Amino acid sequence: MSKKIKQEKIEKEYHQKLIKRRKPNRSIAGDILLYIFLLFVAFVMALPIIYAVSNALKPLDELFRFPPRLLAQNPTTDNFSDLFVTMGKSWVSFSRYLFNTVFITFVGTAGHLIISSMGAFVLAKYEFPGASAFFKLVTVAMMFIGYVTAIPNYLILNKLGWIDTYWAIIVPALASPMGLFLMKQFMEGLPTSLIEAAKIDGANEWRVFSGIVMPNVKPAWMTLIIFSVQRLWNDKAATFIYSEEKKTLVYAMQQIQGGGIARTGQGAAVMVVLMVVPIAIFVFSESQILETMASSGLKD
Amino acid sequence: MKEFFSKYIALRKHNAQVAIKKAKRSKMCYAFLAPFAILFFAFYIMPVVTSIYFSFTYYNILESPRFIALANYVNLILQDDVFLIGVKNTMMIAVITGPLGYIMSFLFAWLINELPRWIRSVAVIVFYAPSIAGTCFMIFSIFFRGDAYGIVNNFLMEVGIIDKPIMFFITPKYMLWICMLVILWMSLGTGFLSFVAGLQGVDRSQFEAGYMDGIKNRWQELWYITLPNMKPMLMFGAVMSITSAFSVCDVTMALCGYPSTDYAARTIVTHLFDYGYTRFDMGYACAIATILFLMMILCNKAIQSLLRRVGT
Repeated sequence: MSKKIKQEKIEKEYHQKLIKRRKPNRSIAGDILLYIFLLFVAFVMALPIIYAVSNALKPLDELFRFPPRLLAQNPTTDNFSDLFVTMGKSWVSFSRYLFNTVFITFVGTAGHLIISSMGAFVLAKYEFPGASAFFKLVTVAMMFIGYVTAIPNYLILNKLGWIDTYWAIIVPALASPMGLFLMKQFMEGLPTSLIEAAKIDGANEWRVFSGIVMPNVKPAWMTLIIFSVQRLWNDKAATFIYSEEKKTLVYAMQQIQGGGIARTGQGAAVMVVLMVVPIAIFVFSESQILETMASSGLKD
Repeated sequence: MKEFFSKYIALRKHNAQVAIKKAKRSKMCYAFLAPFAILFFAFYIMPVVTSIYFSFTYYNILESPRFIALANYVNLILQDDVFLIGVKNTMMIAVITGPLGYIMSFLFAWLINELPRWIRSVAVIVFYAPSIAGTCFMIFSIFFRGDAYGIVNNFLMEVGIIDKPIMFFITPKYMLWICMLVILWMSLGTGFLSFVAGLQGVDRSQFEAGYMDGIKNRWQELWYITLPNMKPMLMFGAVMSITSAFSVCDVTMALCGYPSTDYAARTIVTHLFDYGYTRFDMGYACAIATILFLMMILCNKAIQSLLRRVGT
């Protein structure tokens, strides 16, 4: 027992030393200056978000107060409850908007994860004619922006008869090049011997993929899920969907936001509601995302 | 010469046969790739190809496209003054916010790299949050509100720099600069995450070897050890920041209005929006898209050749 405690003590000391060890070529003055600078920048970066939150907590008279104040004096949640009252009175019920967004986000993200992992798996672990050319094309496609492809996309979706259905949003999002790229880079880090061992044991390709590879790339799952959720959650879907009962939550919220002076308070609340979801998801999955991004490098 | 050609063709034939044989043996790979590849070609490659095709036509969706060769491009460059304003603004934004945002991403990622773990993760959230905060940038329209209720105006009046409020989003002199400020605020995006993660992965023993070899301060360490190790991430970050720098339009359209006063905040993408969704002149819009795309690819090539020289 005492031996164990002793060992723990030694380990603890060792760890402490690791943390306290300074790099020998750093000047203390430089460190302090840089950290003050960093603190200042962090404050500037956070200021607009803090202001947005405090604006949503202001009662109406403070929103139009002169001279304007940065922070709310008597914070209330009136704006949020007003927002829900307005949402409840809308033509299409609030729950329908929520369902639309959740459905699009969920199906789109799940499909994107499966399809791009399958593609990434063979690109990362097998050699076949056309593989490298295809991957190069994918990296170029990361530069395509939505607006450039939107017009032809509309024509294609129209030919398929998918305009004004959920598929118009979901299907193009399934093949987003960014997801395949990150997944492939991450899968290249998996040891090939793992796959070979499974093959010797008689597993076929699908078993290798679903039983061995996928459980081992969970951090990359999270990353793909986050990027996909962020994109689909914020998709206004205004170009491809025109029936009101199929519009998304973001669209409905922005309608309220655009309601002019009378809706100033609610507009401020909308801003916060729309901002909270992506940030919250990011906060909970940060470490996994960073693990995936470590392999995101682009080799030429 | 003839002999050379026949030999060349024979060689090509042989290569093709080998490739086909290999392809036949790896049917499984194609089956796995097929779902992604089909959707990718249908919704990412096809649109770009058709967009290039439509750029040579007059197409208004109702009638079938009529081939007019280069007329769209000629009009764009020689007659469309508003487009040239758009190009100028986009270039200004891209040249200023692109490199600045890129350097900021790297600099902050590098500075927070040596902080203790939990402070680092808080810092990552603080820096990354603006780029994923949806429509949060609209808060700047309240910040810079045109009347005395706006915080900036109020502050400037109190200090006594101005005596009446400035209409920031309507005066062409200020519009672009405020948009740039907002874009810079939002510029620590995916590239930043890639840098943070990449810096964590740099091999520690290289730094120790560096101390032995007499690297004196952090800047030398940055140039000789960190940057060369980060090259792949720098490439990735460059692609990301070029894409976002050239595709600016959300911010300018939301803050300065659409159309903006004197077109002072018009960008290439806004112009594309104008012709594609308001005037339904698809051929013309596709020509704009094609030019934008070419600009992005050229810029990417230039930056890649620049980055190859880092740390040498």
